Amino acid sequence: MAPAQELEVQQKRELEKKDESTIPARVFLPNTDIFETEDALTVVMEMPGVNREHADITVEDDVLSVSGRIDFSKYENLQPVYTEYNVGHYRRSFNLAPNSFDEHRISAEMTHGVLTLTLPKAERVKPRKIPLR
Amino acid sequence: MALSLADPFDTLFRFQRALEQQLDSDWLENATSGIGAFPSINVFQRGSDFVAIIELPGVSKDDLGLEVRGNTIRIYGKKTLDYGAKASMHRRERIAGNFDRTISLPVRLDPDRITADYREGILALSLPRAESDKPKAIKVN
Repeated sequence: MAPAQELEVQQKRELEKKDESTIPARVFLPNTDIFETEDALTVVMEMPGVNREHADITVEDDVLSVSGRIDFSKYENLQPVYTEYNVGHYRRSFNLAPNSFDEHRISAEMTHGVLTLTLPKAERVKPRKIPLR
Repeated sequence: MALSLADPFDTLFRFQRALEQQLDSDWLENATSGIGAFPSINVFQRGSDFVAIIELPGVSKDDLGLEVRGNTIRIYGKKTLDYGAKASMHRRERIAGNFDRTISLPVRLDPDRITADYREGILALSLPRAESDKPKAIKVN
């Protein structure tokens, strides 16, 4: 990572819905980083404007789903005069390798609009060193 | 466009439409250094004052700088990502780097009353219009 690089704007990507929605509003995909260490898989998602009460994380049938809702009451009585980005809820889901994670020990943390999920690996998928005899 | 919260879904849709309609707005004209530069800025009107809302997810307060001179506001800082040394990346969509952007508003501001609030990755700048810039009612004799 070279932090000296100039930042560029990332256009928000819209969620492509598998199922049809009854709500006409647009939902965006949070920018996501996924990385792995020896003990855990970490998923980092950018969801500016979502506070911890409005973030929803579920793991069901090996699918990790995250949704974040924006509090629109903050925009009440505000009239847009100049805009460069759109605002909406966030939703994204990932398929997890079956039985690879300890689902009961998944932890989540939210700082500066960034959600960090840590999925500890199940014991059986952790790398094991095999001693030479 | 007054936002009422009677139907939250409808409100969201109408709000997104209103944001979209302003995408080609020339309100700031050439007053912003580089349209499309980071970070993206939305400007709203609230009564006679203005509010600028800027998304800066993952930027810590200590890495964020703000300066005001006259009508010009400078937002600068850096965004860093930390993965730890031994991590192997599977997906990388977030970007890190420095940013420095200046916007000038086409109205006179009261620099002493400008306030900034940063939470949940969103910087909200409250930009009150200078008293001298506000329309004055003239009494007809």
